[in-house]
Amino acid sequence: MPSESRFAGHVGRTSEPRAWDVERGHIRRFVEALGDEDPVWIDEAAARAAGHPRIPAPPTFATCLRPNDPREGLDIDWTKLLHGEQEYVHHKPMYAGDRITVVQRIAEAYVKSGKSGDMDMMVLVTEGTDERGAPVFTARSLVVIRR
Amino acid sequence: MKLADVRPGLALPTLTKPPISTRQLVQYAGASGDFNRIHYDEPFAKAGGFPSVIAHGMLSMGFFGELVARWAGAANLLRLGTRFKAVTLPGDVVTVEGVVTEVDAGAHTASIALTAKTQKGVVTLEGTATVRLD
Repeated sequence: MPSESRFAGHVGRTSEPRAWDVERGHIRRFVEALGDEDPVWIDEAAARAAGHPRIPAPPTFATCLRPNDPREGLDIDWTKLLHGEQEYVHHKPMYAGDRITVVQRIAEAYVKSGKSGDMDMMVLVTEGTDERGAPVFTARSLVVIRR
Repeated sequence: MKLADVRPGLALPTLTKPPISTRQLVQYAGASGDFNRIHYDEPFAKAGGFPSVIAHGMLSMGFFGELVARWAGAANLLRLGTRFKAVTLPGDVVTVEGVVTEVDAGAHTASIALTAKTQKGVVTLEGTATVRLD
């Protein structure tokens, strides 16, 4: 029976909000790294022709809007960290010119027994909101810390 | 995509990416802000037990995004989720595939199952997406 997570007492810990401007140049560098050549990401006219009011942010662009880290100060060996799962829920489209505030919280911490022994599992949830406070996206990351 | 044109079992056009390069990993690190050294520092990655630097899992998730956004439109991707199954190395050729698993005519949405594979047939990511249909 796995023991309680040593991070259990930190569940609910929430980072200070951090604001990001969604910039066209940032979107361009992101799609260049992906090798995604769809013109809607870089050309305003192509974006409008595809029905967008402005240049849209690509599907996983939310990863670029890094929150402050609620794990700051925790005893974590960062070389043992693996990204297990990732999910994005888009409450509404995000466009170049938007100003998004991101806040991350430690949502869950538990221990999982695997073939190579116990692992610390941590779920981080990031909420992105617009200037009116309306939700834009929710990101959920499952992080695995090998022992 | 129009609701009338989508049914379970329909395959999205497959996307095969050029070989992953270390240059691309540096580009992705810079653009995404993920500066974990395991993605660009060879001695560091080897000390961690990997044969070389490894690609960001999020890079391949970006390929899922490219596949689905191209098919459904960027503003119609409601949800994208993935599980990271195996590492991707520089030189690997990643192919991403999607197939419609469910259509909800009332909600005007479709669910899609996603797979990323290397040229060796290793499944590196499995995912699901929900898209809005016209």
